[in-house]
Amino acid sequence: MSETTLRIRDLRLGFMGYTGLVEVLHGISLHIRPGERVALVGESGSGKSVTARIVLGLLQSLRSAQISGLVEFEGRDLERLPDHERHALRGTRMSMIFQDPTSSLNPVYPIGTQFQEVLRRGAPGISADEARSLAATALRGVAIPEPERVLESYPFQLSGGMNQRVMIAMALANEPSLLIADEPGTALDVTVQAQTLRLMRELVEKHRTAVLFISHNLGVVREFADRVYVIYKGRIVEQGSASALFAEPRHPYTRALMSAVPRITGGGIPEIEDASADYFAPIEVHEGFAEPAA
Amino acid sequence: MRRTFYILLRNPLSLLGLVLIAAVVLSAILADFVTPFPSHAGAVVDFAHFNQPPGWPYIMGTDLVGRDLFTRIIYAYRISLILGVVVLAIAVPIGVTIGLFAGYLGGWVEYLLMRLTDVFLSIPPLVLAMSMMGVLEPTLTNGMIAVTAMWWPWYTRLVYNLTRSEKEEGYVLAAEVIGASKLHVIFREILPNCVPSILTKMTLDLGFVILIASSLSFLGLGVQPPTPDLGSMVADGAKYLPDSWWLTVFPGLAILVAVFGFNLVGDALREILGADQ
Repeated sequence: MSETTLRIRDLRLGFMGYTGLVEVLHGISLHIRPGERVALVGESGSGKSVTARIVLGLLQSLRSAQISGLVEFEGRDLERLPDHERHALRGTRMSMIFQDPTSSLNPVYPIGTQFQEVLRRGAPGISADEARSLAATALRGVAIPEPERVLESYPFQLSGGMNQRVMIAMALANEPSLLIADEPGTALDVTVQAQTLRLMRELVEKHRTAVLFISHNLGVVREFADRVYVIYKGRIVEQGSASALFAEPRHPYTRALMSAVPRITGGGIPEIEDASADYFAPIEVHEGFAEPAA
Repeated sequence: MRRTFYILLRNPLSLLGLVLIAAVVLSAILADFVTPFPSHAGAVVDFAHFNQPPGWPYIMGTDLVGRDLFTRIIYAYRISLILGVVVLAIAVPIGVTIGLFAGYLGGWVEYLLMRLTDVFLSIPPLVLAMSMMGVLEPTLTNGMIAVTAMWWPWYTRLVYNLTRSEKEEGYVLAAEVIGASKLHVIFREILPNCVPSILTKMTLDLGFVILIASSLSFLGLGVQPPTPDLGSMVADGAKYLPDSWWLTVFPGLAILVAVFGFNLVGDALREILGADQ
Protein backbone atom coordinates (compact mmCIF):
# COMPACT_ATOMS: atom_id res chain seq x y z
CA MET A 1 0.00 0.00 0.00
CA SER A 2 2.39 2.64 -1.13
CA GLU A 3 -0.31 5.22 -1.84
CA THR A 4 -0.74 5.97 1.84
CA THR A 5 1.63 8.52 3.35
CA LEU A 6 0.96 7.48 6.90
CA ARG A 7 -0.74 4.36 8.15
CA ILE A 8 -1.26 3.58 11.81
CA ARG A 9 -2.77 0.25 12.75
CA ASP A 10 -3.81 -0.84 16.20
CA LEU A 11 -1.44 1.53 17.94
CA ARG A 12 -1.33 1.04 21.68
CA LEU A 13 0.57 3.06 24.20
CA GLY A 14 0.94 2.67 27.92
CA PHE A 15 3.11 4.33 30.49
CA MET A 16 4.77 2.31 33.19
CA GLY A 17 3.99 4.08 36.45
CA TYR A 18 4.40 3.16 40.08
CA THR A 19 0.91 1.71 40.13
CA GLY A 20 1.46 -0.39 37.02
CA LEU A 21 0.74 0.17 33.36
CA VAL A 22 -1.48 3.16 32.56
CA GLU A 23 -2.97 2.71 29.10
CA VAL A 24 -3.23 5.87 27.06
CA LEU A 25 -4.01 4.59 23.57
CA HIS A 26 -6.16 1.50 23.13
CA GLY A 27 -5.53 0.52 19.56
CA ILE A 28 -5.78 3.43 17.18
CA SER A 29 -5.95 2.99 13.43
CA LEU A 30 -5.82 5.75 10.89
CA HIS A 31 -4.36 6.50 7.49
CA ILE A 32 -3.52 9.54 5.42
CA ARG A 33 -3.06 9.57 1.67
CA PRO A 34 -0.77 12.00 -0.14
CA GLY A 35 -2.17 15.51 -0.23
CA GLU A 36 -4.96 14.65 2.13
CA ARG A 37 -5.85 16.75 5.15
CA VAL A 38 -6.92 14.57 8.02
CA ALA A 39 -8.02 15.87 11.39
CA LEU A 40 -7.74 14.10 14.70
CA VAL A 41 -10.23 15.68 17.07
CA GLY A 42 -10.69 15.15 20.76
CA GLU A 43 -10.58 16.70 24.17
CA SER A 44 -7.45 17.32 26.21
CA GLY A 45 -5.86 14.09 27.32
CA SER A 46 -7.61 11.99 24.69
CA GLY A 47 -4.29 10.95 23.15
CA LYS A 48 -4.08 13.28 20.16
CA SER A 49 -0.68 14.70 20.85
CA VAL A 50 0.97 11.48 21.93
CA THR A 51 -0.11 9.94 18.63
CA ALA A 52 1.76 12.73 16.84
CA ARG A 53 4.80 12.21 18.99
CA ILE A 54 4.88 8.51 18.30
CA VAL A 55 4.77 9.18 14.57
CA LEU A 56 7.75 11.49 14.94
CA GLY A 57 9.52 9.00 17.17
CA LEU A 58 9.80 11.32 20.13
CA LEU A 59 8.18 9.03 22.68
CA GLN A 60 10.09 5.89 21.83
CA SER A 61 13.14 7.09 23.75
CA LEU A 62 11.16 7.21 26.99
CA ARG A 63 11.79 4.00 28.81
CA SER A 64 8.46 4.12 30.62
CA ALA A 65 6.52 4.21 27.33
CA GLN A 66 5.25 0.85 26.09
CA ILE A 67 4.30 1.06 22.45
CA SER A 68 2.86 -1.60 20.19
CA GLY A 69 1.18 -1.58 16.81
CA LEU A 70 2.16 -0.54 13.34
CA VAL A 71 3.25 2.91 12.22
CA GLU A 72 4.01 2.93 8.53
CA PHE A 73 5.37 5.96 6.69
CA GLU A 74 5.39 5.77 2.90
CA GLY A 75 5.21 2.02 3.08
CA ARG A 76 8.03 1.62 5.59
CA ASP A 77 7.48 0.32 9.11
CA LEU A 78 9.02 3.00 11.32
CA GLU A 79 9.66 0.63 14.20
CA ARG A 80 11.82 -1.58 12.03
CA LEU A 81 13.74 1.29 10.50
CA PRO A 82 17.25 1.76 11.88
CA ASP A 83 17.60 4.78 14.14
CA HIS A 84 19.65 6.85 11.74
CA GLU A 85 17.21 6.35 8.86
CA ARG A 86 14.30 7.24 11.05
CA HIS A 87 16.18 10.26 12.27
CA ALA A 88 16.88 11.29 8.69
CA LEU A 89 13.14 11.47 7.99
CA ARG A 90 12.53 14.08 10.64
CA GLY A 91 12.67 17.62 9.41
CA THR A 92 12.97 16.44 5.82
CA ARG A 93 10.12 14.05 4.95
CA MET A 94 7.96 14.89 7.96
CA SER A 95 7.74 18.04 9.98
CA MET A 96 5.58 19.62 12.60
CA ILE A 97 3.91 22.88 13.59
CA PHE A 98 3.15 23.67 17.20
CA GLN A 99 0.56 25.45 19.30
CA ASP A 100 2.56 28.47 20.30
CA PRO A 101 4.66 29.77 17.42
CA THR A 102 6.58 32.33 19.47
CA SER A 103 7.94 29.86 21.99
CA SER A 104 8.78 27.41 19.21
CA LEU A 105 11.45 29.76 17.92
CA ASN A 106 14.65 30.17 19.87
CA PRO A 107 14.69 33.69 21.31
CA VAL A 108 18.46 34.16 21.00
CA TYR A 109 18.80 33.68 17.24
CA PRO A 110 17.39 35.81 14.44
CA ILE A 111 14.84 34.14 12.17
CA GLY A 112 17.37 33.94 9.32
CA THR A 113 19.79 31.80 11.33
CA GLN A 114 17.06 29.42 12.40
CA PHE A 115 15.70 29.18 8.90
CA GLN A 116 19.15 28.36 7.60
CA GLU A 117 19.46 25.47 10.06
CA VAL A 118 16.17 24.05 8.86
CA LEU A 119 17.28 24.29 5.23
CA ARG A 120 20.63 22.67 6.07
CA ARG A 121 18.65 19.68 7.32
CA GLY A 122 17.27 19.16 3.84
CA ALA A 123 20.35 20.21 1.86
CA PRO A 124 23.47 19.92 4.06
CA GLY A 125 25.83 21.66 1.66
CA ILE A 126 23.75 24.75 1.08
CA SER A 127 25.61 28.07 1.23
CA ALA A 128 24.54 30.93 3.48
CA ASP A 129 23.53 33.11 0.53
CA GLU A 130 21.50 30.38 -1.11
CA ALA A 131 19.79 29.58 2.18
CA ARG A 132 18.98 33.23 2.63
CA SER A 133 17.37 33.65 -0.73
CA LEU A 134 15.47 30.38 -0.35
CA ALA A 135 14.26 31.51 3.05
CA ALA A 136 13.19 34.88 1.65
CA THR A 137 11.23 33.13 -1.11
CA ALA A 138 9.60 30.81 1.42
CA LEU A 139 8.61 33.77 3.58
CA ARG A 140 7.14 35.56 0.59
CA GLY A 141 5.16 32.37 0.02
CA VAL A 142 3.46 32.80 3.39
CA ALA A 143 2.52 36.38 2.53
CA ILE A 144 5.21 38.09 4.56
CA PRO A 145 5.75 41.40 2.79
CA GLU A 146 9.33 42.24 3.86
CA PRO A 147 11.16 38.92 4.15
CA GLU A 148 14.58 40.56 4.46
CA ARG A 149 13.53 42.51 7.51
CA VAL A 150 11.91 39.45 9.09
CA LEU A 151 15.03 37.36 8.54
CA GLU A 152 16.99 39.96 10.50
CA SER A 153 14.47 40.03 13.35
CA TYR A 154 14.36 38.04 16.55
CA PRO A 155 11.18 36.10 17.30
CA PHE A 156 10.13 38.44 20.11
CA GLN A 157 10.23 41.38 17.72
CA LEU A 158 7.54 39.81 15.54
CA SER A 159 3.85 39.33 16.24
CA GLY A 160 2.37 35.92 17.00
CA GLY A 161 0.78 35.78 13.57
CA MET A 162 4.09 36.58 11.88
CA ASN A 163 5.85 33.89 13.89
CA GLN A 164 3.15 31.41 12.96
CA ARG A 165 3.75 32.18 9.27
CA VAL A 166 7.46 31.80 9.78
CA MET A 167 6.84 28.42 11.43
CA ILE A 168 4.64 27.31 8.54
CA ALA A 169 7.27 28.43 6.04
CA MET A 170 9.97 26.56 7.94
CA ALA A 171 7.89 23.42 8.31
CA LEU A 172 7.26 23.31 4.57
CA ALA A 173 10.72 24.52 3.49
CA ASN A 174 12.10 21.03 2.88
CA GLU A 175 8.96 19.90 1.04
CA PRO A 176 7.92 17.22 3.54
CA SER A 177 5.36 14.66 2.46
CA LEU A 178 3.74 14.72 5.89
CA LEU A 179 3.05 17.74 8.06
CA ILE A 180 1.81 17.26 11.58
CA ALA A 181 0.03 20.29 12.93
CA ASP A 182 -0.49 20.03 16.66
CA GLU A 183 -3.24 22.52 17.47
CA PRO A 184 -1.65 25.18 15.31
CA GLY A 185 -2.49 28.69 16.33
CA THR A 186 -4.39 27.84 19.49
CA ALA A 187 -2.30 30.48 21.20
CA LEU A 188 -3.27 33.10 18.59
CA ASP A 189 -6.42 35.15 18.39
CA VAL A 190 -9.14 33.95 16.05
CA THR A 191 -8.67 36.35 13.17
CA VAL A 192 -4.97 35.61 12.90
CA GLN A 193 -5.71 31.92 13.28
CA ALA A 194 -8.13 32.06 10.37
CA GLN A 195 -5.61 33.84 8.13
CA THR A 196 -2.81 31.45 8.86
CA LEU A 197 -5.05 28.43 8.40
CA ARG A 198 -6.14 29.64 5.00
CA LEU A 199 -2.52 30.20 4.11
CA MET A 200 -1.55 26.76 5.31
CA ARG A 201 -4.34 25.16 3.31
CA GLU A 202 -3.23 26.88 0.12
CA LEU A 203 0.35 25.80 0.67
CA VAL A 204 -0.35 22.16 1.40
CA GLU A 205 -2.62 22.03 -1.63
CA LYS A 206 0.13 23.45 -3.79
CA HIS A 207 2.80 21.08 -2.50
CA ARG A 208 0.45 18.11 -2.11
CA THR A 209 1.57 17.70 1.47
CA ALA A 210 -0.40 15.29 3.61
CA VAL A 211 -1.48 16.87 6.87
CA LEU A 212 -2.35 15.31 10.19
CA PHE A 213 -4.25 18.09 11.85
CA ILE A 214 -4.63 17.74 15.58
CA SER A 215 -7.20 19.96 17.18
CA HIS A 216 -9.98 20.34 19.69
CA ASN A 217 -11.49 23.19 17.73
CA LEU A 218 -14.35 21.81 15.69
CA GLY A 219 -14.93 24.99 13.73
CA VAL A 220 -11.36 24.98 12.48
CA VAL A 221 -11.46 21.28 11.67
CA ARG A 222 -14.65 21.67 9.64
CA GLU A 223 -13.03 24.32 7.47
CA PHE A 224 -9.67 22.69 7.10
CA ALA A 225 -9.97 18.93 6.94
CA ASP A 226 -11.10 16.46 4.28
CA ARG A 227 -11.57 13.61 6.71
CA VAL A 228 -12.01 13.50 10.46
CA TYR A 229 -11.21 11.01 13.18
CA VAL A 230 -12.80 11.66 16.55
CA ILE A 231 -10.78 10.32 19.44
CA TYR A 232 -11.98 9.79 22.99
CA LYS A 233 -9.87 8.42 25.81
CA GLY A 234 -7.44 6.69 23.51
CA ARG A 235 -10.05 5.18 21.19
CA ILE A 236 -11.23 6.35 17.78
CA VAL A 237 -14.97 6.70 18.21
CA GLU A 238 -16.04 7.99 14.83
CA GLN A 239 -14.49 8.50 11.45
CA GLY A 240 -15.73 9.83 8.14
CA SER A 241 -15.57 12.71 5.71
CA ALA A 242 -15.64 16.13 7.32
CA SER A 243 -18.86 17.12 5.59
CA ALA A 244 -20.72 13.92 6.46
CA LEU A 245 -19.48 13.85 10.02
CA PHE A 246 -20.52 17.40 10.72
CA ALA A 247 -23.85 16.98 8.95
CA GLU A 248 -24.67 13.77 10.71
CA PRO A 249 -22.63 12.97 13.81
CA ARG A 250 -23.41 9.40 14.78
CA HIS A 251 -21.44 8.62 17.88
CA PRO A 252 -22.78 9.92 21.23
CA TYR A 253 -19.42 11.45 22.04
CA THR A 254 -19.19 13.28 18.73
CA ARG A 255 -22.64 14.68 19.30
CA ALA A 256 -21.70 15.78 22.82
CA LEU A 257 -18.52 17.38 21.49
CA MET A 258 -20.45 19.35 18.90
CA SER A 259 -23.11 20.53 21.31
CA ALA A 260 -20.34 21.66 23.66
CA VAL A 261 -19.18 24.40 21.32
CA PRO A 262 -20.43 27.74 22.69
CA ARG A 263 -22.58 29.59 20.15
CA ILE A 264 -21.65 33.06 19.11
CA THR A 265 -25.38 33.90 19.21
CA GLY A 266 -25.52 33.28 22.95
CA GLY A 267 -27.41 30.76 25.00
CA GLY A 268 -24.77 30.25 27.64
CA ILE A 269 -22.18 27.57 27.93
CA PRO A 270 -23.80 24.28 26.96
CA GLU A 271 -23.94 21.62 29.58
CA ILE A 272 -22.69 18.20 28.68
CA GLU A 273 -21.96 15.20 30.75
CA ASP A 274 -18.34 14.81 31.76
CA ALA A 275 -18.32 11.13 31.22
CA SER A 276 -21.00 8.81 30.10
CA ALA A 277 -21.16 5.11 29.35
CA ASP A 278 -22.43 6.13 25.91
CA TYR A 279 -19.07 7.63 25.06
CA PHE A 280 -17.55 4.19 25.12
CA ALA A 281 -19.98 2.93 22.49
CA PRO A 282 -18.32 1.08 19.60
CA ILE A 283 -16.75 2.97 16.74
CA GLU A 284 -19.00 4.55 14.10
CA VAL A 285 -17.50 4.35 10.64
CA HIS A 286 -19.14 6.34 7.89
CA GLU A 287 -19.74 4.34 4.72
CA GLY A 288 -16.75 4.31 2.45
CA PHE A 289 -14.37 5.60 5.09
CA ALA A 290 -13.20 2.40 6.69
CA GLU A 291 -9.52 1.71 7.14
CA PRO A 292 -8.01 0.08 4.06
CA ALA A 293 -7.29 -3.60 4.53
CA ALA A 294 -3.67 -4.44 5.19
CA MET B 1 24.13 44.42 24.95
CA ARG B 2 24.37 48.15 24.26
CA ARG B 3 21.08 48.65 26.09
CA THR B 4 22.36 46.75 29.11
CA PHE B 5 25.40 48.96 29.26
CA TYR B 6 23.28 52.06 28.96
CA ILE B 7 21.07 51.03 31.90
CA LEU B 8 24.19 50.25 33.95
CA LEU B 9 25.47 53.76 33.34
CA ARG B 10 22.20 55.43 34.29
CA ASN B 11 21.78 53.77 37.68
CA PRO B 12 24.01 55.60 40.22
CA LEU B 13 24.80 52.43 42.20
CA SER B 14 25.82 50.34 39.23
CA LEU B 15 27.73 53.31 37.84
CA LEU B 16 29.66 53.44 41.11
CA GLY B 17 30.28 49.70 40.77
CA LEU B 18 31.58 50.14 37.23
CA VAL B 19 33.89 52.94 38.35
CA LEU B 20 35.27 50.83 41.22
CA ILE B 21 35.83 47.82 38.94
CA ALA B 22 37.47 49.99 36.32
CA ALA B 23 39.77 51.56 38.93
CA VAL B 24 40.77 48.17 40.37
CA VAL B 25 41.30 46.49 37.01
CA LEU B 26 43.14 49.39 35.37
CA SER B 27 45.44 49.98 38.34
CA ALA B 28 46.23 46.25 38.47
CA ILE B 29 47.04 46.11 34.77
CA LEU B 30 49.06 49.35 34.83
CA ALA B 31 50.61 48.64 38.26
CA ASP B 32 54.14 49.23 36.95
CA PHE B 33 53.22 52.79 35.98
CA VAL B 34 50.73 53.97 38.59
CA THR B 35 52.56 52.85 41.74
CA PRO B 36 55.26 55.07 43.22
CA PHE B 37 57.63 52.23 44.19
CA PRO B 38 57.17 49.25 41.85
CA SER B 39 60.18 47.44 43.34
CA HIS B 40 58.37 47.27 46.70
CA ALA B 41 56.17 44.49 45.36
CA GLY B 42 59.06 42.09 45.91
CA ALA B 43 61.48 41.29 48.70
CA VAL B 44 62.82 44.74 49.43
CA VAL B 45 63.75 46.22 52.79
CA ASP B 46 64.07 49.90 53.64
CA PHE B 47 64.47 50.11 57.39
CA ALA B 48 64.97 53.85 57.21
CA HIS B 49 61.26 54.25 56.49
CA PHE B 50 59.65 51.28 58.27
CA ASN B 51 56.21 51.40 59.88
CA GLN B 52 55.43 54.93 58.79
CA PRO B 53 51.87 56.29 59.07
CA PRO B 54 50.13 57.54 55.93
CA GLY B 55 51.77 60.68 54.61
CA TRP B 56 53.99 61.71 51.73
CA PRO B 57 55.34 59.95 49.67
CA TYR B 58 53.82 56.88 51.36
CA ILE B 59 50.12 57.77 51.01
CA MET B 60 48.99 54.62 52.83
CA GLY B 61 52.02 54.26 55.04
CA THR B 62 54.73 51.61 54.97
CA ASP B 63 54.91 48.12 56.38
CA LEU B 64 57.31 46.68 58.95
CA VAL B 65 60.21 46.43 56.53
CA GLY B 66 59.62 49.83 54.98
CA ARG B 67 57.73 48.92 51.81
CA ASP B 68 55.06 51.24 50.41
CA LEU B 69 51.64 49.83 51.30
CA PHE B 70 49.84 51.48 48.37
CA THR B 71 52.22 49.86 45.91
CA ARG B 72 51.76 46.46 47.52
CA ILE B 73 47.96 46.76 47.50
CA ILE B 74 47.88 47.51 43.78
CA TYR B 75 50.14 44.54 43.05
CA ALA B 76 47.98 42.38 45.32
CA TYR B 77 44.99 43.32 43.15
CA ARG B 78 46.87 41.92 40.21
CA ILE B 79 47.28 38.55 41.92
CA SER B 80 43.67 38.53 43.14
CA LEU B 81 42.27 39.33 39.70
CA ILE B 82 44.42 36.72 37.98
CA LEU B 83 43.28 34.19 40.53
CA GLY B 84 39.64 35.18 40.09
CA VAL B 85 39.76 35.06 36.30
CA VAL B 86 41.63 31.75 36.17
CA VAL B 87 39.35 30.12 38.73
CA LEU B 88 36.24 31.18 36.85
CA ALA B 89 37.76 30.33 33.46
CA ILE B 90 38.20 26.74 34.66
CA ALA B 91 35.24 26.33 37.01
CA VAL B 92 32.55 27.85 34.77
CA PRO B 93 33.01 25.65 31.67
CA ILE B 94 33.18 22.53 33.85
CA GLY B 95 30.17 23.47 35.94
CA VAL B 96 28.11 24.65 32.99
CA THR B 97 28.80 21.55 30.89
CA ILE B 98 27.92 19.19 33.71
CA GLY B 99 24.76 21.16 34.46
CA LEU B 100 23.68 21.13 30.81
CA PHE B 101 24.15 17.40 30.40
CA ALA B 102 22.51 16.55 33.72
CA GLY B 103 19.55 18.81 33.00
CA TYR B 104 18.97 17.79 29.41
CA LEU B 105 19.72 14.08 29.41
CA GLY B 106 17.99 13.27 32.71
CA GLY B 107 17.78 9.68 33.93
CA TRP B 108 20.84 8.07 35.44
CA VAL B 109 23.18 10.69 33.97
CA GLU B 110 21.32 13.37 35.89
CA TYR B 111 21.31 11.25 39.03
CA LEU B 112 25.02 10.55 38.88
CA LEU B 113 26.14 14.08 38.04
CA MET B 114 23.85 15.88 40.44
CA ARG B 115 24.68 13.59 43.38
CA LEU B 116 28.37 14.17 42.65
CA THR B 117 27.65 17.90 42.69
CA ASP B 118 25.79 17.53 45.98
CA VAL B 119 28.81 15.81 47.50
CA PHE B 120 30.98 18.80 46.63
CA LEU B 121 28.32 21.24 47.79
CA SER B 122 27.97 19.48 51.13
CA ILE B 123 31.55 20.29 52.10
CA PRO B 124 31.92 23.84 53.45
CA PRO B 125 34.01 25.66 50.84
CA LEU B 126 36.63 27.04 53.19
CA VAL B 127 37.09 23.67 54.88
CA LEU B 128 37.59 21.93 51.54
CA ALA B 129 40.09 24.53 50.40
CA MET B 130 41.89 24.44 53.74
CA SER B 131 42.24 20.69 53.73
CA MET B 132 43.45 20.72 50.14
CA MET B 133 45.97 23.43 50.89
CA GLY B 134 47.01 21.57 54.00
CA VAL B 135 47.82 18.45 52.00
CA LEU B 136 49.33 20.28 49.04
CA GLU B 137 51.88 23.05 49.25
CA PRO B 138 50.34 26.49 49.82
CA THR B 139 51.16 28.16 46.51
CA LEU B 140 49.19 30.36 44.14
CA THR B 141 48.60 27.45 41.74
CA ASN B 142 47.33 25.17 44.47
CA GLY B 143 45.19 27.99 45.76
CA MET B 144 43.55 28.24 42.36
CA ILE B 145 43.01 24.49 42.23
CA ALA B 146 41.43 24.49 45.68
CA VAL B 147 39.10 27.39 44.93
CA THR B 148 38.18 25.92 41.54
CA ALA B 149 37.32 22.57 43.09
CA MET B 150 34.75 24.20 45.31
CA TRP B 151 33.41 26.66 42.77
CA TRP B 152 32.16 24.60 39.84
CA PRO B 153 29.21 22.93 41.65
CA TRP B 154 27.42 26.25 41.99
CA TYR B 155 27.44 26.66 38.22
CA THR B 156 26.23 23.11 37.80
CA ARG B 157 23.30 23.87 40.10
CA LEU B 158 22.44 27.10 38.31
CA VAL B 159 22.68 25.72 34.79
CA TYR B 160 20.96 22.47 35.73
CA ASN B 161 17.91 24.38 36.91
CA LEU B 162 17.94 26.68 33.89
CA THR B 163 18.25 23.70 31.55
CA ARG B 164 15.36 21.93 33.21
CA SER B 165 13.09 24.87 32.49
CA GLU B 166 14.48 25.66 29.02
CA LYS B 167 14.04 22.02 28.06
CA GLU B 168 10.26 22.47 28.28
CA GLU B 169 10.31 25.43 25.91
CA GLY B 170 8.77 24.99 22.51
CA TYR B 171 11.94 25.73 20.60
CA VAL B 172 13.71 22.73 22.13
CA LEU B 173 10.92 20.43 21.02
CA ALA B 174 10.87 22.16 17.64
CA ALA B 175 14.60 21.50 17.26
CA GLU B 176 14.19 17.86 18.27
CA VAL B 177 11.38 17.45 15.78
CA ILE B 178 13.43 18.67 12.87
CA GLY B 179 16.08 16.14 13.84
CA ALA B 180 18.66 18.20 15.72
CA SER B 181 21.26 16.13 17.57
CA LYS B 182 21.48 16.12 21.35
CA LEU B 183 24.72 18.09 21.26
CA HIS B 184 23.15 20.67 18.97
CA VAL B 185 20.17 21.09 21.29
CA ILE B 186 22.38 21.36 24.36
CA PHE B 187 25.03 23.74 23.07
CA ARG B 188 23.29 25.66 20.30
CA GLU B 189 19.72 25.92 21.61
CA ILE B 190 19.79 25.75 25.40
CA LEU B 191 23.21 27.17 26.31
CA PRO B 192 22.74 30.56 24.57
CA ASN B 193 19.58 31.04 26.58
CA CYS B 194 21.49 30.45 29.83
CA VAL B 195 24.32 32.88 29.02
CA PRO B 196 22.80 36.01 30.64
CA SER B 197 22.37 34.24 33.98
CA ILE B 198 25.85 32.71 33.80
CA LEU B 199 27.45 36.09 33.06
CA THR B 200 25.62 37.70 35.94
CA LYS B 201 26.77 35.04 38.35
CA MET B 202 30.32 35.34 37.06
CA THR B 203 30.39 39.06 37.75
CA LEU B 204 29.16 38.50 41.30
CA ASP B 205 31.54 35.61 41.79
CA LEU B 206 34.64 37.49 40.75
CA GLY B 207 34.22 39.49 43.95
CA PHE B 208 33.58 36.38 46.04
CA VAL B 209 36.57 34.51 44.65
CA ILE B 210 38.77 37.45 45.65
CA LEU B 211 37.20 37.31 49.11
CA ILE B 212 37.73 33.56 49.49
CA ALA B 213 41.29 33.78 48.24
CA SER B 214 41.94 36.53 50.77
CA SER B 215 40.43 34.41 53.54
CA LEU B 216 42.75 31.57 52.60
CA SER B 217 45.84 33.72 52.66
CA PHE B 218 44.61 35.36 55.87
CA LEU B 219 44.85 31.88 57.35
CA GLY B 220 48.33 31.51 55.90
CA LEU B 221 47.21 28.99 53.27
CA GLY B 222 47.31 31.20 50.23
CA VAL B 223 49.92 33.14 48.37
CA GLN B 224 53.23 33.13 50.25
CA PRO B 225 55.54 36.10 50.97
CA PRO B 226 57.07 38.10 49.50
CA THR B 227 54.26 38.13 46.89
CA PRO B 228 51.82 40.79 48.03
CA ASP B 229 48.36 39.52 48.93
CA LEU B 230 45.49 41.39 50.52
CA GLY B 231 44.52 38.58 52.88
CA SER B 232 47.99 38.00 54.27
CA MET B 233 48.57 41.74 54.57
CA VAL B 234 45.51 42.02 56.79
CA ALA B 235 46.66 39.02 58.81
CA ASP B 236 50.18 40.36 59.30
CA GLY B 237 48.97 43.82 60.24
CA ALA B 238 46.38 42.52 62.72
CA LYS B 239 49.16 41.80 65.22
CA TYR B 240 50.01 45.53 65.40
CA LEU B 241 46.51 46.90 65.93
CA PRO B 242 45.58 49.50 66.97
CA ASP B 243 48.88 51.36 66.86
CA SER B 244 49.84 50.64 63.24
CA TRP B 245 46.19 50.69 62.08
CA TRP B 246 47.09 51.42 58.44
CA LEU B 247 48.63 47.97 58.02
CA THR B 248 45.16 46.35 58.35
CA VAL B 249 42.72 49.06 57.42
CA PHE B 250 43.98 49.83 53.91
CA PRO B 251 44.30 46.23 52.66
CA GLY B 252 40.91 45.53 54.25
CA LEU B 253 39.38 48.51 52.47
CA ALA B 254 41.01 47.35 49.25
CA ILE B 255 39.22 44.00 49.54
CA LEU B 256 35.99 45.80 50.29
CA VAL B 257 36.29 48.10 47.27
CA ALA B 258 36.89 45.24 44.84
CA VAL B 259 34.17 42.95 46.20
CA PHE B 260 31.71 45.82 46.53
CA GLY B 261 32.31 46.93 42.94
CA PHE B 262 31.70 43.48 41.48
CA ASN B 263 28.64 43.01 43.67
CA LEU B 264 27.03 46.28 42.62
CA VAL B 265 27.47 45.52 38.95
CA GLY B 266 26.44 41.88 39.39
CA ASP B 267 23.25 42.87 41.19
CA ALA B 268 22.40 45.44 38.56
CA LEU B 269 23.01 42.90 35.78
CA ARG B 270 20.76 40.40 37.52
CA GLU B 271 17.97 42.92 37.65
CA ILE B 272 18.36 44.04 34.04
CA LEU B 273 18.69 40.58 32.53
CA GLY B 274 16.08 39.09 34.84
CA ALA B 275 13.55 41.71 33.79
CA ASP B 276 14.26 40.88 30.15
CA GLN B 277 12.90 37.36 30.39
